Parts: sequence; structure tokens; C-alpha cells
Amino acid sequence: MGLLVKQIGFVLVLLAALTALAISQTVAQTEKKEAAQTDKKEKDGKWETADGTPTYNIGSDGTVDWYTFSGFRRYHSECHVCHGPDGEGSSYAPGLIQSLKTMSYADFMAVVASGREVIRADKQSKMPALGDNPNVMCYIDDIYVYLKARADGVLPRGRPAKRIEKPATAEQTEKACFGAR
Amino acid sequence: MHRHTLPGVLLALTAFAVPAQANKDVLDRSADPNQWVIQTGDYANQRYSKLDQINRDNVKNLKVAWTFSTGVLRGHEGAPLVVGDVMYVHTPFPNIVYALDLKNDGKILWKYEPKQDPSVIPVMCCDTVYRGVAHADGTIYLHQADTTLVALDAATGKEKWKVVNGDPKKGETNTATVLPVKDKVIVGISGAEFGVRGSVTAYDAKTGKQVWRAYTLGPDNETLFDPEKTMSLGKPVGKDSSLKTWTGDQWKIGGGSAWGWYSYDPETNLFYYGTANPSTWNPVQRASADGKPIDQKWTMSIIARDADTGVARWAYQMTPFDEWDYDGINEMILADIDVKGQKRKALVHFDRNGLGYTLDRVTGELLVAEKYDPAVNWTSGVVMDKNSPQYGRPQVVKQYSTFQTGQDKNTKGVCPAALGTKDQQPAAFSPRTNLFYVPTNHVCMDYEPFRVSYTAGQPYVGATLSMFPAPGSHGGMGNFIAWDAGQGKIAWSKPEQFSVWSGALATAGGVVFYGTLEGYIKAVDEKDGKDLFKFKTPSGIIGNVMTYTHGGKQYVAVLSGVGGWAGIGLAAGLTNPTDGLGAVGGYAGLRDYTALGGTLTVFTLP
Repeated sequence: MGLLVKQIGFVLVLLAALTALAISQTVAQTEKKEAAQTDKKEKDGKWETADGTPTYNIGSDGTVDWYTFSGFRRYHSECHVCHGPDGEGSSYAPGLIQSLKTMSYADFMAVVASGREVIRADKQSKMPALGDNPNVMCYIDDIYVYLKARADGVLPRGRPAKRIEKPATAEQTEKACFGAR
Repeated sequence: MHRHTLPGVLLALTAFAVPAQANKDVLDRSADPNQWVIQTGDYANQRYSKLDQINRDNVKNLKVAWTFSTGVLRGHEGAPLVVGDVMYVHTPFPNIVYALDLKNDGKILWKYEPKQDPSVIPVMCCDTVYRGVAHADGTIYLHQADTTLVALDAATGKEKWKVVNGDPKKGETNTATVLPVKDKVIVGISGAEFGVRGSVTAYDAKTGKQVWRAYTLGPDNETLFDPEKTMSLGKPVGKDSSLKTWTGDQWKIGGGSAWGWYSYDPETNLFYYGTANPSTWNPVQRASADGKPIDQKWTMSIIARDADTGVARWAYQMTPFDEWDYDGINEMILADIDVKGQKRKALVHFDRNGLGYTLDRVTGELLVAEKYDPAVNWTSGVVMDKNSPQYGRPQVVKQYSTFQTGQDKNTKGVCPAALGTKDQQPAAFSPRTNLFYVPTNHVCMDYEPFRVSYTAGQPYVGATLSMFPAPGSHGGMGNFIAWDAGQGKIAWSKPEQFSVWSGALATAGGVVFYGTLEGYIKAVDEKDGKDLFKFKTPSGIIGNVMTYTHGGKQYVAVLSGVGGWAGIGLAAGLTNPTDGLGAVGGYAGLRDYTALGGTLTVFTLP
């Protein structure tokens, strides 16, 4: 009897500790997310975090920056047939709104460009190398910031209702990117 | 043993009374209701069984007789075959084939698992589904994802020969079954979302040697269209009927793949199939040099070809200059029915574009073209006046034209969505009721095309779209309907929460079967669609229901295993833009109902 009580007590303490840990992690993540969003800077309509990673910008009325919108479009042309609508995942490819909660920008770029393969007895999956696909690579930052906004839970499913007009630099970069290929 | 109804027997006798030319083994065995030897049940694609042990009165007593796990988690389309005492079960990639001994509780007689390069997986649009093997003359024909066509000894599973039909590095893959006809096996190809150039190809059934290939697009000698003899809407197609409807070299990457079902009429020696969408999905990029719509033949078409030579007898393009991905590959059901008071040798086709077509299968004459879902709004209808320059063409409603709205602009509320009022899931025809039983989608979309560039082996899509249940309706994403193809009218319509993505089966027992994405197999009354029986199988059903007998007892079998197109949009649930932000989740996702897993479930009466 006494042993049982002790065990229950131990489990409770453990649970409390785990919960505290989970909360502190969530808080840390949220703080990190918020810090990234407050320290970000804008150049010609394109947003970056303090460390130079591309990021999204969403106004208080839900207006998204051009690149986030562009990412929505390109994602649903190039990625959606495997990864599902709005980054939600499909029955055979992972939901990127989960992946991008932990995946870094550099890892994201590497997997998109070079691909990835999982061959197990119960599962054979293959992410293709998209490094030579201009429809993806000319918009890779756009797709990243769109999915990041989805992963951070700040952009709802569906087509962004309001957006900033396409900046002239986006037009030029696009032309240069396709022209170079 | 089996009670035949008079109209059924008459139809069977009159429809295909000249079997001499066709593959006798397929004809004999598909006429025997105890077996199911090709995916479509018979050459006519009727998916009707003369078996009647299971009927309207006793179907409620159906029990699971046995089950079999395929060991594969991807989307399971198609159906098992039964040839004598053996059942053949296929899987999606890696395309395993099992031969199961019906005399020994489904013991595995042999298993064939090809070795394929996994890089084929991501070039298959929308999951690595496979619609199943075919049997003819002691051979099982397997057409793998990587386009390798393999002939297996049906008794041992040993390879007889192998041939490679396409190149996955260019985006050429396979999801379809094959058509064994006479001394040939006819195969198609997938990849319109990767800018392939679609074709059908005939191989010698004994050796695998290529006999002919007919492209959907290109010069006459490659499309096998005869300028004088190939007819369309009652007229010869003329020289370069494909080439002159394309801008420059676009036809070389123009899509028009062939990944659906084949039917065959031994009387005319014609086989029938549909062709897919033109690539890209951005119509602006495909317009003529002066910026006008241009037909892009022979994409989106029904084509009738001679089985020996591949030469086209007739063709009909349903959606010239596609603006919505209304891919035309759905099955062609051959039936002799009354059309507007006249007995016709008909071909009935339920297109992705939402129109149900009835044509004369001998001449290609267009008889009926009507909406089989009242939600369809992109067209005001097809011009049926033979004297009109628009004869046979659908009239596009400006508001829903993604071309007229333009690229980089969002065309809203187009019905149906790109997955069509029906996708590949085949309908059934019952000669008892003269009705067609059609699994349908009830989904609409917003569609925004934009410019893309072509890279071999990479997606070549060029549009973003969002889908939602048809507004102002029952809120569900599907219907199971009965269709009168002679009149072009819905006889009854049964709402479903999700798209019906499973092939139907009609039987002489007066029962019609189909599966649902939640995983139910349902038996309904042929007269009114009333539920007679349902059972929830281990996973969502995108396979087709089939029936057979063994030891004098009737069985009904279906593959479960959610995936495919349905595993993309519906897994996560659809959003409804009219609900406004934050209302997402009002339409529950399929993932709240079912999970992955390939399982065969076989039912019988106790």
C-alpha cells in the first residue's frame, strides 16, 4: 500500500516536471518566434530575421508580404500533390507545417535541392532533388517563408486574403533567375 | 444455379455475339460470372455480374469470410482477380502480386515483387497507385510504376518476358491496368503533370515485342490518325489534325497521357479510351500565337482505335483547350441501350468535366451530353445542332474561364474542381435497370494559373487551386448516383460525406455495391439507392468492388487502403473560403475517420 502511494507520488512529480518542461519549451519556442519576428528587417518588401534568414511579414489585418503570397502559389503548384494542401501533409508525404517547426532554413534548402530517401521494410519514400527546377528554386525563399508562417501558426489555411503588391525587385529577380537557367 | 433475368441474357447475347476475333480466353472467362479475369470485369467495362445468390433481401446478412493484408501502406486502387481457384491481388508501389489459393483459405501460392528504382515515387502525381493486373491465356500482365510491363506465368509467378514502355526520368510512369486483346497487350502511360507526350502502345502478348504505338499529339503518322478515314463528329479529321491545334513545338511536352481504363468491342474490333489534360495547367501559356484558345488535340478526347493497327477510327474532343485540368481518361462503358427512343450501340462516359456523354460507339456520333451533377457551372452545355459551327463543343461560361480571367488572377467558384465530377473510379451498368451507377465528387474550386518553365522529369503544373465542397448543397463532397444515359438524366442521387472514390459493382441480385473514403463498403438497392448493408473495413476504400464464386458460393471482395488523390486533399480536409477565416475544420478531414493500410476484405452469406 505504502509503496503504491510512493509510486503514485513519484509519477505525479515526474508528470509535473515533464509538464513544466513542456511549458518552458513552448514558452522558449514562442519567445524565439516572437524575437525573430520583432528583430526582423525589411528590404524592398522582402523580410529577414536578424541572422539573415528569410521570413514572412503579416500585418495586423492579415495582409501578407508578396513573398509569402508567392510561396502559397508556388507551393500549391510544385509541392502540393505530395505534401497536401496548405502544407498539411498527405497520406504518403509529411506535413511540412510540422517539419518546419524544427527544420532549419539551411536543412530545408538542402533537402529541397538534393532530395531525401527513406527505404525501410514498412516504408519507401523519396523526396526528389528539385535543385534544377526553376519553378521551385527561383521561388525557394518564397515557399520557405510561406511554410514557416504556416508552421508558426500565424497564417491560416487557404489563400491569403490580402497581400502587398509585387515589388519591382521581385520581378527583376524572377527574370534574372529564369534567364540564368 | 443462377437465375438470369431475361433482359440481361438478351443483352449479353446481342451485345457481343461475334467473339471469333477477340481474345477467346478473356471472352470466355469474363462471360463466366464465377470468375473476374480483367479489372473491368468484361471488355464492355459494365462491371455487372450475373451472380444473384446475394440479393436485395439477404444482402443485410453479409459477413466477412476472410481478410488479407497486402503489407503496403499506399493507396490501393483496382481490384483482385479470380481465375479458377486462384485469386490474384496486386499492390501499389512496389507493385507486389500475390497468387492466393482459394481452396486453402487464401494461402500464398506465389508472390512476385519487382525491384524498382524508388526515384519513380515522386514522379507519380498523387501517390503511387496501381489499378491492377490482367489475366489472359495463363499469363498475368503486370505494368509496374516504372513502366516495365511484365508477363508472369499465372501458375508459378515466373517471368515470361519484360519490356520497358517509358522513361521515369522524363516523368513517364504507369498507374493503369492493361488491355489484353487478341494476340496483343495494350498499355498506356501517365505523366501529364510532368509534360510527357502521351501514347498507347501494343505489345505482342507472347513475346513482348512492340507492335505499334499511337501518340495523343503530333504528326499524323505518329498519332495514327488517318486524315480521310478517321472521323470526328461525322467528318474526316483532315491533315495534321493534332499539329495545327498547337503553338510551335508545345505538343512535344503537351501531356495527353493515357492512364485510364480500356474497353473493347469484338464486333467492330475497336478499343476505346480517353486522353488526359494538356500540359501545363496554365492555359495562357498554351494559347495560340495571337493569344486565342486553341484546341490542343487530341488531349481530353475519347478515341476509338483498331486493335490490330492502332489506327484511329473516330475521336471526339470533350474539352478543347482545357482550362481546369478536366482530364478525359475516365472509362468508356459499352452498352446497347435506348437513346431518345432508338436502340443504339452506345458508349457512355462520365467525364471529369461534369458532363455525361452518350455516343454511338461505331461511328462516334454524339447523342447525349448532359451534366451529371447539377453543381457543374463552367459550361452552359454542349451545342447539339449539327449545322452550328460550334457543334459538339462545350460553351464556356466567361465567369469560370481561367483563361479569360487570366494568369496571376484567381478564378473563383468553378464547379467541378480539378479532380472532376468523377475521377478514374469506374461506374457500373445494369442491364436489369438500364441505369448507370456512378461514384462522384461534389467539389468545387478556385483556380489561379501562372507561368512555369519546363524541366524534364520535374512537375510542370502552373496553377494553384483550392477545393471545397459544392456550395449551396448538402455539404458533403460526394454523391452516388444512378444515371439514365439515354435521356441524360439523374434517376436518383445519394449524398455522401466524402467523394466516392471506389468503383461500383452492379449485380443480378438487384444490389449495387461501392466503397467510401471512410472505409465503408455499401450495398444499395438498384431501384432507389436505399442502404441495404454497410460494413466498415480497416481503411478508406479507393478500390473497386468485385464478385466471384468459389465452391458454389458467391463472394464480394474489395481492397481497402486510403491514398491516391483522395489521400492528398481529403486527408487534411478541405477548406471553404466562404466560411471566412477561422472556420477551417468545419469540414472534418478524412484523417479523423481512417488511417493507411492495404487490406482485402471478402464477404459472403453465412
